[in-house]
This record gives sequence, structure tokens and C-alpha cells, in this order.
Amino acid sequence: MRKVSAFNIAAIFVGIAFLYLPIAVLVIYSFNASRLVAVWGGWSTRWYAELLNDEPLLDAASISIRLALTSATLATVLGTMAALALVRFGRFRGRLAFAAMVYAPLVMPEVITGLSLLLLFVAVAADRGFWTVAVAHTTMAVCFVTVIVQSRLIDFDMSLEEAAMDLGAPPLRTFASVTLPLIFPAIAAAWMLAFALSVDDLVIASFTTGPGATTLPIRIYSEVRLGVKPEMNAVCAIMVAVVGAAVIIASLLAKIIGARGTPVQARS
Amino acid sequence: MVDQLSLDIYQGEFFALLGPSGCGKTTLLRLIAGLERPNAGRVLLDGVDLTPEPPYRRPVNLMFQNYALFPHLNVEANVGFGLKQEGLAKREIGRRVADMLALVKLEGYGARKPHELSGGQRQRVALARSLVKRPRVHLLDEPMAALDKKLRGETQFELMELQRQVGLTFVIVTHDQSEAMTLAHRIGVMDRGRLMQVAPPADVYERPDSRWVADFIGDVNLLEGRLGDDRVSIEGTAAGRLRVAAEAVAPAGAMVWVAVRPERVRISRQPPLPGLDNCVAATVVDIGYFGDKSVYKLRIRDGSLLKAAINRGADGDGAVGVGEQVWLTWPPEAARVLTR
Repeated sequence: MRKVSAFNIAAIFVGIAFLYLPIAVLVIYSFNASRLVAVWGGWSTRWYAELLNDEPLLDAASISIRLALTSATLATVLGTMAALALVRFGRFRGRLAFAAMVYAPLVMPEVITGLSLLLLFVAVAADRGFWTVAVAHTTMAVCFVTVIVQSRLIDFDMSLEEAAMDLGAPPLRTFASVTLPLIFPAIAAAWMLAFALSVDDLVIASFTTGPGATTLPIRIYSEVRLGVKPEMNAVCAIMVAVVGAAVIIASLLAKIIGARGTPVQARS
Repeated sequence: MVDQLSLDIYQGEFFALLGPSGCGKTTLLRLIAGLERPNAGRVLLDGVDLTPEPPYRRPVNLMFQNYALFPHLNVEANVGFGLKQEGLAKREIGRRVADMLALVKLEGYGARKPHELSGGQRQRVALARSLVKRPRVHLLDEPMAALDKKLRGETQFELMELQRQVGLTFVIVTHDQSEAMTLAHRIGVMDRGRLMQVAPPADVYERPDSRWVADFIGDVNLLEGRLGDDRVSIEGTAAGRLRVAAEAVAPAGAMVWVAVRPERVRISRQPPLPGLDNCVAATVVDIGYFGDKSVYKLRIRDGSLLKAAINRGADGDGAVGVGEQVWLTWPPEAARVLTR
């Protein structure tokens, strides 16, 4: 075993503190009894209770969740289809270009994605609102879904599909009864990630939203500009919990892909 | 790659496709199953053209080399998968699956997942899964390749017994010649996409019709020479003038090869009677000990090597050592003339 040096331990602590100290402070202050954000007034859950009376904030939360459900589902369907096309159809004409185009949004600055989508919606005279944000979030998440599902499909043992067809299952039933169950953990993980990305997003949503479709991050951002209210700490703490849970579930699912989806080889 | 071949397989037959890896035997199997499409040619079953049919509409089932068991389904669901596609009633499926599991001696394993089984058990699940559909032709792609040697021997006999019981046509692909010899009624020997010879196992071994087949199945000594006018003597080989028992089917004067299996060659210290055919002086170069037999490498006059396999306990064995001068003989009926 390698020797654990004092330097390594220090590095870990500094790194973790750098990442999580701000979040920890936020969560702790969400339980602050004092109305003044920067002054500690003892433990309390009153701001969580007060959230329940904040009608606009609850509306924004409900919009954000519906938005995330919609765009995550759309992105999962589209991204899975793109992954299938990339892995299965071999070397079709323009495959490399298609792959590059699917991955490009991964590295595209959100401001550019948001602005370009806004221009598109204006150009086609789409009424900006819930559906424009949903489409925008779908666009953003598709590439993540594709990457996750594709990695699972590359390891997929094609002889399993051949076996299903040989036993009398037509292509669609083969997909539904063999392929889909085996890549399902990857698809579920991808959906979770797309959900978390949508709940999280401020930039693209603020470009593409319209009246009546204020998402939670937009609401929080505009509230905080007028001064930080203690309720906001509570909202943010809840969001951290929700997004954190989604990411943890997604990574757990990704992990059990190995356990459940590994094709059983003839050789033991 | 399969290149211009024609092959008839009979109902109820156990047929083996034998060849080195990459010779196209698996491709041929996949063509029959419909998993590959031929550029030209047809696959007929009882006179009906199967070529345009997709794999899921062919009354043919394939047992995959890696078994391709569905990892998310248990043994019962794996075996019942094909029957479910036929739209059979649940009770009927349950009954046939249970019968099939009994036949392959896997009763009580129905609820297990493939990863909870041993290699031998997985192999039998794969066998049950493709057999339960009662295919008109049952295809097996290297079914024993993943088993260890001892298990392979037992499984071979079980497979023969199974084929006899179900009475289906079996086509097996293998690169193991002893496996093909043991299992099959007829063997098709393949090389580079072509069928070299199709014959019962004994014929393939004792009456190969080409140098390639003679050399691929077991060991062989090949001596080139010119066929004499009587068509039973071969002149000018490295071992002098040779005689065979059966008349060769080739014009007199043609260049031919005489094939002699090592186990038919006798080694003797005594010079043979003068005038005896198929007799050549040689020096022992090397002796390989195989337990039940010893294989002698012998150098003859012109420097080429011949092999002789002597069974343990046969006369002369053990007496001859490396470097000794000996005489090799074989009866005319042990030699065979090959024209290609």
C-alpha cells in the first residue's frame, strides 16, 4: 500500500473545502433563525415553513419541475436514437460529422446556445414560454444522453440481438425485449442527468423564456438581486438536495450497468 | 467468406463442418440461419427457398458459440423466449420448457440467472433454448469450444444421444477434428471458403481425395511421383517405386502423390526380402513419446522426412533408437494415390 503523506491529506481537505464550503455555508444559513442573512441567530426551520406561503416561488418550482420532466424525457428519447444511429449503422456517409455535431453542444458556451435558440425562436415567431424553454433544455441535454447511452451500446454483445431474432423475435420486439432492458440503466442514468441539468439551468432559460414561464433559478436570481432573503437560502438548500440526489442516483445506475448489463460470456 | 459451394444435408442427419479458423464454416452456418445474406446463391429447405426470409421467419435455430444467453432473464425465460415469440399459451410454454430442461438435466435451475451457472450449465441452457423450438435444422457453432477437455468428451456423447432422441437434423461447426469424427454422420471439410470433401468420418480419414484433406485430418506422409502405365505403381518418388492396391483414377504418366498414414508404416531392422514394394531405408531422427504411441521421425535417402507411429506394445517398439538405420515398409492397401 502507498504511504499516505500529510501533504496528500491536506490536499484532499483543501480540495473538498474549496468545493463544498460555500454549499455548506448556504445549507447552514438556511437554518438560521435571524432575518439578517449574515448574522447567526440560532437554529430554526422557519424559512422552510415560510416558503410554503411564497406563491410565486412555488409556481416557479412547479414550472421548473414540469420543465425538467418534459425536457429530460424528450432528450432521452432523441439522445438514445442518436446513440443507436452512431453505434449501429456502422460507417454511414457523414458519420464522423454527425458524431461531431452531436458532441459539439457539450463544449458550447451556454450563452451562445441560449442566444442562438432565442434568435431561432424569434425567427420562426414562436411564442416564448414553457415550450421554448423545454425545447432549449432538450437541445442542451441530448448530447449528454447520447454520450452515456452510446458508451453502453458499444459494449453491447450483438449476438444477443441475433439470438433473439434467431428465436423468432422481429426487430422491434428484439429491441423491446432484449436491447432495451439491457441498456435501461444507462438510459435511466441519462434521464437523471438531463433532469438535473434542466433544473439547474439559468442562462439558457433566461434567454428563451417568456411571460408566465419563470423557472426556479430565474426566480431566485431575480429575488437575490434585490437583496438576499433567508427564504432563498432554504430554496437553494432544497435544490442542492434534489439535484444531488439525482446525480447520485444517476451515478449509482451507471455503476450497476456493469453488474446487470454485462453480457454473460461462454468462458467463465 | 464462402465461395461457390454446394452442399446437401439430409433430414435427421448429424453433419459437421470442419475446417481451420477463418475457413468460412461459421459464415456458412450464419447463411443458413439468415444472419448473413449471400451475394449470390440460395438456401433451400425441403425445396423451399429460404434465402429471402429473415432469421425470425426461418424454421432453423442456432446455438451461438458464446451462447448469447439473455443476462436479464432467468433460465426458464431464456429457454421459453423462442416459444413466447410463437405466441403459445403460457401453460404449453411452461410444459415444453420443463421437458427441455429435464432433457438437458437442468431440472431445478429454472429460476437461476445465467451468471449464476457454471460454463457447462450455460452451454446446456443455450442448447435447450435453441432445441425447444424443434427446428427443422439445428445449427451449433463450436458448441464445445468453451468447455474444458474432460467435460467436452462427456458432452459430446450427451449431444449424440440427444440428437438421436429428438431426431432433428444437426449441423455443427467445429475446428476440432476428433469432435467432428466422434459426433457426425458426415463431415464437410472446408478450406478458404470452399468445401474440400464431404464424406463419412471414416472415409475422410481413410480415403481423403486431396492432399489438403489428408494433411488436415490427422498426420500423413506424402510422396510425389509419376503414375505408371498399370495405374497401381508410382515411379520416381523419394522412396523409389511405390505400389498401391487400388487403381488410381488418373491418366498414366500424370504427376500424383502417394499418401500413407504414419500408423500404417512399419519399422524394421532387417532388410526386407528383395523385390518387395513400398520399402525404403531410413535413419531415425527423432522419437516423440505420446504415451499410447510413439511417433518416429525418419530421414530417407533424398533428405526428406517421413513419420511412423508405432503403438505401444507393438513389435519392434522400444528397440529402435535415434540414429539407427532401419527399413520402412507398408502394405500397398495402406497407400492411396491423390491427384490434387
